[in-house]
Amino acid sequence: MIYDSEIRKHPAVEELIALFKYRDLIFQLVRRDIVARYKRSVLGIAWTMLNPLGTMLIMVVVFSRAFNQPETYAAYVLAGLICWTTFSQSTSMSMNSMVWGSSLYKQIYLPRTSFIISTVLAGLVNFVLSLVPLGFILIISKVPLRPSALLLPVSMLFLFSFSLGVALFISTLAAYFPDVADLYPVLLTAWMYLTPIIMPLEFYREILNGLLLYVNPLYYIVNLFRILIVDGFVPHLQTWGVTALASFGMLIIGWLFFCSKADSFAYHV
Amino acid sequence: MSDVNFSEPQPDSAIFLNDVSVNYRIPSESITTFKEYVIRLVQGKIKHRAFWALKNIHLNVKQGEIFGVLGRNGAGKSTLLKVISRVLIPVEGRVWIKGIISPLLQLGAGFHPELTGRENIYLNATLLGHNRSEVGEKLDEIISFAEIGDFIEAPLRTYSSGMQARLGFAVATAWQPDILILDEVLSVGDAAFQEKCFERMAGFRDSGATVLMVSHSIEQIRTLCKRAMWLDHGEIQTIGLSDQVCEDYKKALSN
Repeated sequence: MIYDSEIRKHPAVEELIALFKYRDLIFQLVRRDIVARYKRSVLGIAWTMLNPLGTMLIMVVVFSRAFNQPETYAAYVLAGLICWTTFSQSTSMSMNSMVWGSSLYKQIYLPRTSFIISTVLAGLVNFVLSLVPLGFILIISKVPLRPSALLLPVSMLFLFSFSLGVALFISTLAAYFPDVADLYPVLLTAWMYLTPIIMPLEFYREILNGLLLYVNPLYYIVNLFRILIVDGFVPHLQTWGVTALASFGMLIIGWLFFCSKADSFAYHV
Repeated sequence: MSDVNFSEPQPDSAIFLNDVSVNYRIPSESITTFKEYVIRLVQGKIKHRAFWALKNIHLNVKQGEIFGVLGRNGAGKSTLLKVISRVLIPVEGRVWIKGIISPLLQLGAGFHPELTGRENIYLNATLLGHNRSEVGEKLDEIISFAEIGDFIEAPLRTYSSGMQARLGFAVATAWQPDILILDEVLSVGDAAFQEKCFERMAGFRDSGATVLMVSHSIEQIRTLCKRAMWLDHGEIQTIGLSDQVCEDYKKALSN
């Protein structure tokens, strides 16, 4: 095994190769995130299911009088909420995991994306757990589960790619400027209200002819998930294409940005 | 300087550095917030001053050699180790390393208090780049070397600091490295355990590992190493036979 600082591949490619070599590390980190979170709590893993359910109940009670809601409103809100929670939690936690990781990558070599990937993957595990209460609400709202639900893994792949892309991007910024970690929650709050999570789609369609929706990549991801699970049909190919473009595009941007700066992370005192 | 400089790694090289420089860019006024950065950027007022942690380092350590590095605190010793272990990518020059380097990880960094000893072994070893099956092979050996016993299934927060350090050491040294880095004196656990650590290190050395020994103890370097170098302000002051290097370093210290 020879390491030569002069013969190097493109940083983005090098990181991919290293990551493959360290794949068992990713598994251990995801496992640690999940085990550590639930080991000391009485209800353990049930919290992941109860949390979005509780928020949804509040939203339904608060908004059921504000708008004329269809019967599927509860399922609509919950489906949106679990996508949003997965996205917002995994991206904000990834900044913390880089801070934790900095004590390691300043001492030994390891692929630095591993901290972020494992955090986003742990978020995805929570997403899967949240599908249980969603199924429960679907049954109560008498929404039948149609074959389109089989395409759920594809929709999860989009959510994962987009979250990872944003996480890589924001963590790179946070490595240089710690106050990005303070700014990000503010950005998230704004982003949440700009995305159809709680308020119905019609509300956003009326603003600027729906412009807010079309420029928001998260809209496509949340929308696709809802179509597959709540509405129960397989959307047009165009819908898939736009969602894939938005999520993979963000992943590529985040990956290239992170890898181009990753060498200098260890230089920050 | 009294050592031959090669421009290419030699067939028997283990560590080869050619004209390596490392420069930490320190903002002249520290800008730590994004807000401030944007304001200064608009004003065009971002200035950096270069701090050379290493400057024009040439080094060729042969396989199986025990090489010493002397220098005061802040002379660039840790930066040199970081460059060699691929943590810092040098701004200039070439670093060429053959073989696996022993980890420089602070013992127990990366441990998680809520996980059991066994889980932490897997976590720590994969952080060091080993895969699951490699850890599985060494698991029993690590547990017995660390003298953890039945505690292995208990969460790490129930361990004494000595037990944590022993576990960290056992994981970090479970695999034979090609290049062993000895950074200052080991101080893990009680005297009996230190003896065990010493034996393991000596075992690595005897089975042919290249040893890079970093210390400010002149006597240690003189007795253990044939060749050495003295670093100061990131530059090589003397490199060559360790007697000569130690002599020069001693002289500089007494002045």
